[in-house]
Amino acid sequence: MNLIGEKISYKPDEQFHLNDVSFNFKKGNLYTILGRTLSGKTTLLKTIAGLLNPDQGSISFEEKDFIKIPVWERNVAMVYQQFINYPHLNVYENITFPLEQRKLSPEQIKKDVDEALKTVGLVGFENRKIQELSGGQQQRVALARSLAKKAKILLLDEPLVNLDYKLREQLREEFKRIFSEGLSQDTILIYSTTDPQEVMELNGEVIVLDEGKVLQKGPAKEIFENPSNLKVAEISNDPPMNVLKGSKNSKNLNFENISLEIPNHFKNLEDKDYNFGIRASEIKLDENGEEFEIELAEISGSETLLHLKRGNSKIIALIEEVMNFKIHEKVKINFNANKFYAFAEDEKLVSSPYGGTNG
Amino acid sequence: MSKLYTFLKYFFITFWTVFVVAPFLWAVSTSFKDFQSVNSKVTYIPWLDFEPTLEGWRVLIKSPAKGGVDIVEPYFNSIFVTCTASLISIFLGTLAAYALSRFTFKAGFVRNNDITFFFISQRIMPPIVLSIPFFIFLSTIGLLDSLLGLVVVYIVLLMPIAVWIMVDFFNRVPKELDETALIDGCNPYQAFYKVVLPNSIPGLIVAGMFCIIFGWIDFFFAFILTFTEVQLLPVKVVALNSSITPWWSLSASALVSVAPLIIVAFIVERYLSKGNLSGALK
Repeated sequence: MNLIGEKISYKPDEQFHLNDVSFNFKKGNLYTILGRTLSGKTTLLKTIAGLLNPDQGSISFEEKDFIKIPVWERNVAMVYQQFINYPHLNVYENITFPLEQRKLSPEQIKKDVDEALKTVGLVGFENRKIQELSGGQQQRVALARSLAKKAKILLLDEPLVNLDYKLREQLREEFKRIFSEGLSQDTILIYSTTDPQEVMELNGEVIVLDEGKVLQKGPAKEIFENPSNLKVAEISNDPPMNVLKGSKNSKNLNFENISLEIPNHFKNLEDKDYNFGIRASEIKLDENGEEFEIELAEISGSETLLHLKRGNSKIIALIEEVMNFKIHEKVKINFNANKFYAFAEDEKLVSSPYGGTNG
Repeated sequence: MSKLYTFLKYFFITFWTVFVVAPFLWAVSTSFKDFQSVNSKVTYIPWLDFEPTLEGWRVLIKSPAKGGVDIVEPYFNSIFVTCTASLISIFLGTLAAYALSRFTFKAGFVRNNDITFFFISQRIMPPIVLSIPFFIFLSTIGLLDSLLGLVVVYIVLLMPIAVWIMVDFFNRVPKELDETALIDGCNPYQAFYKVVLPNSIPGLIVAGMFCIIFGWIDFFFAFILTFTEVQLLPVKVVALNSSITPWWSLSASALVSVAPLIIVAFIVERYLSKGNLSGALK
């Protein structure tokens, strides 16, 4: 009864858009696909919707071969990152469109549409034209259309990426409510995003995708705590996890002429070269710390992002207050060695502060 | 600086308006004159300078036997040929344009752009190049000097315009709109006529306007491909010029032949001046 994809590959040109992707999506669950731009997220969703046919592999749903069923008979719903609605119809007609296509009774249509409008908070907007709505409202209409269909598979392709910061925060909060209230237990919800924070907040099963390949699968918490390799660590953190090339010997961790005490979770590591990973938020300003040069300072909201340089290493520190820095100024920072990750030279995770290893 | 600009702008607009409108005023005025008022002295204003008469207009609908020139039949011929050819061109052209915009064609070295260029290239050639092939073609299938033959030729001439405008228009309609329609349960044909077409009305209007204009004003093919059975308006009007037709009837015939274009322009101006040819979608 699940949505099962096996070894799906799609290669329309020189590059793989999907490379040997397999999945097993269960009803009633939320799946997030995390990946950077052009990592194949949209391609995967379009393949599930039936807009693209994979070159290899199979997709089955409720024990039927999905690839043989044309898009318009698959009963999926999809929300695009662009706000796609029917410009010639008003809000109400936009939402009824797929229901009328399925020839439901007028009473049923009215009931479903009213319910969907209520869920997305657009009651009273029925007769508005699409062009009169803000971006956030347009996306709500698209979402309402998808919800009203009561499709068994709901695909959301970076639905928040084109909204401004405030609206994104607001709609993200609402999404959590909508997903828990507005969906029935036999819906599979698949949500793609580039934003690790969205993944953590939605707290579903995560698939990390890069260059069309699945890098890691697992619950959001697991991806965050134990990224299986350096790429996943970069993709699943915003700003990306800092990487410092260094080594461990019997007494210290060494990188860029800095020596740190060996933290507990590194005690059993072999003495050799490693890629150390540290989150931007675990780097603190400290008078007694190590000296780095500021390359760039960005203030965003209530935080300051410091782009720092020392030797060949470039790192980003997230300071949780608004501060003014001059470029090329020196600052002193302190690394929290207890939060260090160690990745081997082949970029696989060797040790994490949360106890996970890659075997 | 901006005052000078405003002055120059309105000066130019005024100058141009006078330049364009003056001949029309002259033609309107002349069409109501008689022999006396055209030949005696310079006259402009009806009732004041001269006594207006409808004689010039009456000549247009009188049969030649009664001393008239009868442009009624060529007039309806022109309307029929232009409208039929435009409608068929828009219909076929829109379908072709949608296919060219949405699907990828591969046949040897031929790609979508080559097909589009093939359509447009029909308009790049000087028309005279096509005249002999068209003549031979129509005479072979026995459609020379017939309305149907003219419709066929005009479709060849007008469809490239429709394809050209509509390809450009469809390219600006996001592909995701079609895809959403498919996901929402439309098959590809329903997606086209239920979703894409209703959002393409501005493009259809512009394409239609260009087809009507180019169809209506064509003299060359109407002249070459007809003899005695069928006559189109431009040919008839030009023929009047070389005969002994009086000035007042010539003016009237010129006015009735541009009238439909002016009406079309007024209807379409609304859409053009809004600047929202693609506005519905962005």
